Order: sequence, then C-alpha cells, then structure tokens
Amino acid sequence: MLPHQPGGWVILFSFIVALLLTIIPLPLWVDRIRPDWMCLVLIYWCMALPHRVGVGAGWLMGLLLDAAQGTLLGQHALALAVVGFLTLKTYRRVRVLPLWQQSFTILAFVAVNQFLVFWINGIVGYPAPDFWYLAPALGSMLMWPWIFVILRDLRRHFRVI
Amino acid sequence: MSQLQDKRKGDSPFSAERSADIRIVLCVVLSLAAMIVDHRRHDLETARDTLSTLIYPLQSIVQLPVATGQWVAETFARHEDVIRENQRLKQKLLFTNVQLQKLITLEAENRRLRMLLESSVNLPVRSGERVLVAELLTVDLDPYRHQILLNKGSRQGVRVGQPLLDERGIVGQIIHTGLLSSTAILITDPNHALPVQDNRNGLRALATGTGNFQELEILYVRNNEDVQEGDLFITSGLGGRFPPGYPVARVTKVEFDPTRPFAHIVAAPMAQLDRSREVLLIASEPESDPESEGVSPPPSPRTAER
Repeated sequence: MLPHQPGGWVILFSFIVALLLTIIPLPLWVDRIRPDWMCLVLIYWCMALPHRVGVGAGWLMGLLLDAAQGTLLGQHALALAVVGFLTLKTYRRVRVLPLWQQSFTILAFVAVNQFLVFWINGIVGYPAPDFWYLAPALGSMLMWPWIFVILRDLRRHFRVI
Repeated sequence: MSQLQDKRKGDSPFSAERSADIRIVLCVVLSLAAMIVDHRRHDLETARDTLSTLIYPLQSIVQLPVATGQWVAETFARHEDVIRENQRLKQKLLFTNVQLQKLITLEAENRRLRMLLESSVNLPVRSGERVLVAELLTVDLDPYRHQILLNKGSRQGVRVGQPLLDERGIVGQIIHTGLLSSTAILITDPNHALPVQDNRNGLRALATGTGNFQELEILYVRNNEDVQEGDLFITSGLGGRFPPGYPVARVTKVEFDPTRPFAHIVAAPMAQLDRSREVLLIASEPESDPESEGVSPPPSPRTAER
C-alpha cells in the first residue's frame, strides 16, 4: 500500500476513485443499491496482495470514508478493518473460486460491513432502516466481476506485486 | 509494511495472517475508542477537520459536473427566459421591499413598546446579525443521517454551532468545520432538538427530528395545553444556539391521549430542507457570547409579548 513500493500509487488511486464513486450524488433509486465501492476495492487488493493490503489499509480508508460521509470517526474504519481481516483469513479459498461464486462471498462480506455500520448507527440513536440496507450488498455482488477484471488488468499492466 | 519485509526474508507465507490477528484487535480497539470519544466529547474535531480538508478536493471534483451543467444552462438560457426571470425578480424585489418597510416600522414600534415596559431583555436586532450565504455541495453523505455539506469553512469564519436558515425558516446548525467546507446537521435529524415556542401563546417546547424531512415532533407539551393545528412554532432562543423569533415549523397534527402525560404533536418544518440549494449562516454580534446570553434572562416578558 505504501507508495514507495512498486505500484503503490495504483492501489492508492483505485481507493481514491472508489471514494469519489461513493460520494457522487445519484438519484434515490440508484443510491439505494449503490455498491460499497471502498469495500469492493479493499477486498480485491486483500485477495490479490495480502502481504501489502490488509487490516491497516482498510482501517485508514475507513477513516477517510467516515470524514467524507459525516459518520462517527471509526465507524466505517471498524467495518472495513473487519472486512479486510475476513478477506485475509479466507483469500486462499475464495481466490480459486470462479467469479460468480466469488460474488456470493462478496455479498456476505459487504453484508457484514453494512451490518456493523448500521449497528453502530443504531447504538448512537438512529432508527434502524428496513431491509433496504442489504441492497448495497446486492449491488456490490453484481459489480464484483467487473471490479475484479478491471483491477486485475490494472494490476497486471502496472506490474503491482 | 512489515509483512512484505517478513516475506522477503523468507518467512512462512502465513505470517501475513498471523500479523492480521494482532492488527484487527488493535484496529477494533482504536475504532471503538475513537467512536466513543467522537460521540461523547469533541476532542477529535481537529482530526476530523484535517481529514475533511484532505477530502475537499475530491468533493469539489464530484461537484464539477453539476456545476458545469448549471453553468451551461445559465449561459445558453434563452433571451426571453432571462427577461422574464428578470421581470419576475423585479416584481418580487418590490414586493419584498414593501414588506420590509412594514417590518422596519414594526421593529421600531416593538422597541418603543419594550422601552415602555422597561424589560431588561436585550432584543437581538436582526439587522445587526451578520449573515453569510453558503451553498450546498451536491455530495452524498450517509443517507440515514440528515446532514449536509456546505462550501464555506473555518477560513470564511464558520464556527461549530452556528445556526443555518433559508428564506422560510430554520434549517439546522453547523457540527463540523473543515478549512473550506463544513458539515451541518438538519433539524429533522433524529439526534437534533431545538427549543421552540408557540407563536400564538408563547408556550415553550422542544422540537426534535424524526428522520423524515417533512416531520418534526414537538415534545413535552402537556395534555391540557393549548396547541392547535396550524400553530406556528418559532425559535425561543433558550439554549443560546439559535436566535429567537425565527420560524421553525407549523403544527400539522395534535393528539391528546389521556393515558400519556404529554400530547403527541407533529409539525412540518417551514424550511425546505430537502430542496434548498443555498442557506444563510447567521453570526450573532461578537459581544453577545452564546454561552452567556440566552439561558440567563427570564423569558417571561418575551413570552408575554409574543
């Protein structure tokens, strides 16, 4: 993840684009299923380069996301750190699966992320949303194959190892 | 990162996983501590301000397509449209000026009456309040919190706690300030409450958000109090955050349930919370310190008068 290592800026750039896609305004019906881009990008890099991107990177990116979205500092950081951790623990098994089967794992990871974020929201006193809160997980699942292919090509092109 | 060095040294490939165990514990503890501090106290404001200043370039990039679209629409607007809008605005200005004149005479009369009453309450002169116009950045925040991002920050003199309003009423208040942008919480956020009073009879209450842009709940009004549908609630100025006398919400539903101690009152915010693009930031005069003013003076003369 550090920029002085080969291709570190590619990783950083992908996270910045993910953050842009997260804060870009969309109509309500798209907004409800907006994929969790930060989560997807983090999972990809954890799977591809587990020795470089992991819990710490997820935590830092989560802090940025907290500042961008106006949530409690540490809320997304906690969720993304946990997602990074889960990916590091399972990447050996998930990496060999075909893409459509990987998507289901992604669904579970993003759902965990959503759950943590809304759980904390609930503790702070925001009313729990209805089942729509799982919609971003569904959107992320559908976006995973594209994200995977795009980031893999980027990684190969810039020889990020 | 250290894992890479471990790997280069020829350690087992599982070292990444082992260090992940330590890291996750560290991150969870850090996050929990950060969240607790952020929720209960305000020690992390500088960290948040730094982060939001870092993110501001991204937020302006997101703003770019919308701004360009507006610019194009305004530049290529048809001549007739511009003329028509100009006429409409002139008419509106005339109308507003007439109203303003009425207001000035009313204000003068008000001050005279106050002097007659010899009330000690210092009336905050509306013309003395400094006003800053801020534009909303079209950036999506957490959809379950009612917060908005403004394009004015601490550099333009925005402070935490500053009240926000549009041309119809109170919108919210500033909760975080970055260097060039600031975040405001809307009055409809479930975690927001503001002291209000009934414009008709001066009854004091608390208006809290419900998480719905069209609804506020008026709390702590006893069952035998006189509140009717259509009553206007204005800021009472208690608490010192909001200047008194600005419209907040109009009552849409009143339910008196004898089994409960307080009435269930729902009101619709006057401000167009989900539609306005520009808001006014009010800065009260520097000599009136928000901590000292507002809470201390006895509110009875004020309520009697309104």
